[in-house]
Amino acid sequence: MRSTTRTAMLAALTALLGFGCGKKSEVPPAPQASGTAPSGPAAPAEDKVLNVYNWSDYIDPRVIEDFQKETGIKVRYDVFDSNEVLETKLLTGNSGYDVVVPSAYFLERQIKAGVFQKLDKSKLPNLANLDPEITQLAAGHDPGNDHSVVYMWGTTGIGYDAARVRKIMPDAPVDSWRLIFDPAVIAKFKGCGVSVLDDPTDMVATVLLYLGKDSNSQSEADLKLAEEKLLAIRPFIRTINSSAYIEGLANGEYCIAVGYSGDMLQARDRAAEAGKPVQIEYSIPKEGALMWFDTLAIPADAKHPLNAHLFIDYLLRPDVAARNSNFVNYANANARATDLVNEDLRSDPGIYPTPGTKARLKPNLAKSPEFTRQLNRAWTRFTTGR
Amino acid sequence: MRRFKRLLPRGRTLVTTVPYLWLLLFFLVPFVIVLKISFSQSAIAMPPYEPLLHWASEKMLQVQLNLGNFAFLVEDNLYWKSYLNSIFVAGVSTLLCLLIGYPMAYAMARSNPSTRNILLLLAVLPFFTSFLLRVYAWIGLLKNNGLVNNALMAMGVIDEPIQMLQTDFAVYIGMVYSYLPFMLLPLYSNLEKMDLTLLEAAADLGCKPWQAFVKVTLPLSLPGVIAGCLLVFIPAVGEFVIPSLLGDPGMLMIGKVLWTEFFNNRDWPVASAVAIALLLFLVLPIMYLDRAQNAANEEGERT
Repeated sequence: MRSTTRTAMLAALTALLGFGCGKKSEVPPAPQASGTAPSGPAAPAEDKVLNVYNWSDYIDPRVIEDFQKETGIKVRYDVFDSNEVLETKLLTGNSGYDVVVPSAYFLERQIKAGVFQKLDKSKLPNLANLDPEITQLAAGHDPGNDHSVVYMWGTTGIGYDAARVRKIMPDAPVDSWRLIFDPAVIAKFKGCGVSVLDDPTDMVATVLLYLGKDSNSQSEADLKLAEEKLLAIRPFIRTINSSAYIEGLANGEYCIAVGYSGDMLQARDRAAEAGKPVQIEYSIPKEGALMWFDTLAIPADAKHPLNAHLFIDYLLRPDVAARNSNFVNYANANARATDLVNEDLRSDPGIYPTPGTKARLKPNLAKSPEFTRQLNRAWTRFTTGR
Repeated sequence: MRRFKRLLPRGRTLVTTVPYLWLLLFFLVPFVIVLKISFSQSAIAMPPYEPLLHWASEKMLQVQLNLGNFAFLVEDNLYWKSYLNSIFVAGVSTLLCLLIGYPMAYAMARSNPSTRNILLLLAVLPFFTSFLLRVYAWIGLLKNNGLVNNALMAMGVIDEPIQMLQTDFAVYIGMVYSYLPFMLLPLYSNLEKMDLTLLEAAADLGCKPWQAFVKVTLPLSLPGVIAGCLLVFIPAVGEFVIPSLLGDPGMLMIGKVLWTEFFNNRDWPVASAVAIALLLFLVLPIMYLDRAQNAANEEGERT
């Protein structure tokens, strides 16, 4: 969900146009001890190979190394940077991957299309480590959590440059979606730079949260209402993009951005690295926010399902989950890993929300094809401002 | 000698087969696949559309063509508006490229041979860097605290940064910058081949230099102009990398619409119909231009 959709589609299109910007970086598998590897508990029927397709920079590379050492299974690790790229591969079939990491919103419709196999939970004893509260919410996408395991999760909230926002409006409602969706408020920040996600489902659901409606509503009337609210703030928005705001917030190009929790943390770190006088803060507004999950799942046509189960179970170990969280700066869903996660990460309410905030988070469920079409049509009217 | 001549057509067939095979494999086959999907109906399945052929009974193979996707393109004004806007943006970009490219190509073709090679190299040099990177570089130049704005402010020309990024201005800069070489090269190769004695003859017959340009150089360079314009216009219509990186998010481009259909709506059939319609929009005028050019060439040969 750390959607760098734009870059991916650009890469795809430039390739199509013949500009050939080359294959996207494929992280080579970490150096392994293939010859000397002890034979692990992998089933003898399967080759000792596992093909993993994950988001770029979304795992601690040493975790893969250690998994290879422990099991003797050679991991072939490829990366993508948008759900759309993954989905296209999955829907055309024969992707060749054994473990993939779709966001739950995409996973939900992919399950309906028959992309994934049911998990054999007897092979995943570490499932017991998961936070039942989060698995419960994720079950909205995948009933009974039959096809997927939550890998990382986060929220869609507001990132802002605290100093500049307070300078323009000392009592700015940074703890509320009013900051974005109240035209009288957001108008003040037009010159300062406002960015929202180019993600119709997330944005419309968020407006509905602000309006106190069901964020998963598929009613035409609610959509119409949301569209009106969005159109009213359109003149004050500079960018509609799902990835540019990381850099934009860090270098001061924007002072308010709607975006994903981990991205805001990244923007904060980048600003600090560059020595910019920018203090990025992340807020989960009081009206509630959408929560997203990146999940581990096994395609129906996977050639190494046993190895895939082994790998997923390995990632569910508390120490491994904590290492990955520390590396990628996202919260995992592993209740027993929380204490092992770095102090600054686990005490950050933007990453590990307090129980009170957590109660106000809503999963963004997949919508019917008909509603999705209406939604995207409404979104085009919003982006073009007509 | 006669035996050699008899061999000749065979060699020619062989040589022409290769590009035809190439076109068949990498143009016609994908086109047929896309055409097939465009007549299908979307479904929640793998792949996400219904098959066109299915067995109604043991001996009955039914073909089901869904024309609804094309009808849908006409119903919603989004599509033709995007087509028109894409064509407009591409047209303006092509015109700008021509206005900038023609004098450049002319100067290159008339410069002395040693500098000519250097100039040619400079024109092609940008291709050594990824297209995407070069467009990204423009972000660094045009943004509010970018190079251009900072330089202008340091010189005291402006007090506040000018909003250049996310405007149509930035899109045209990106388009012209990226596609200029495609205009430059065919124009250059055309102008370079021109017989300069024709200009001398024009001068002898009393033409002033500008008259000679309008009456001799320009008409003779028309094939180069057409080739350059097509090379710029065609990719520019489908362009959406540059508009989405540099332009206003409200800029309606057919490439973006196609993307939304394919990925957001996950409606491969409608997305395919958009692509087919785009192709028809492009192919028809190009065929017309091609015929016009051939006719012009024949006429040129006759006189």
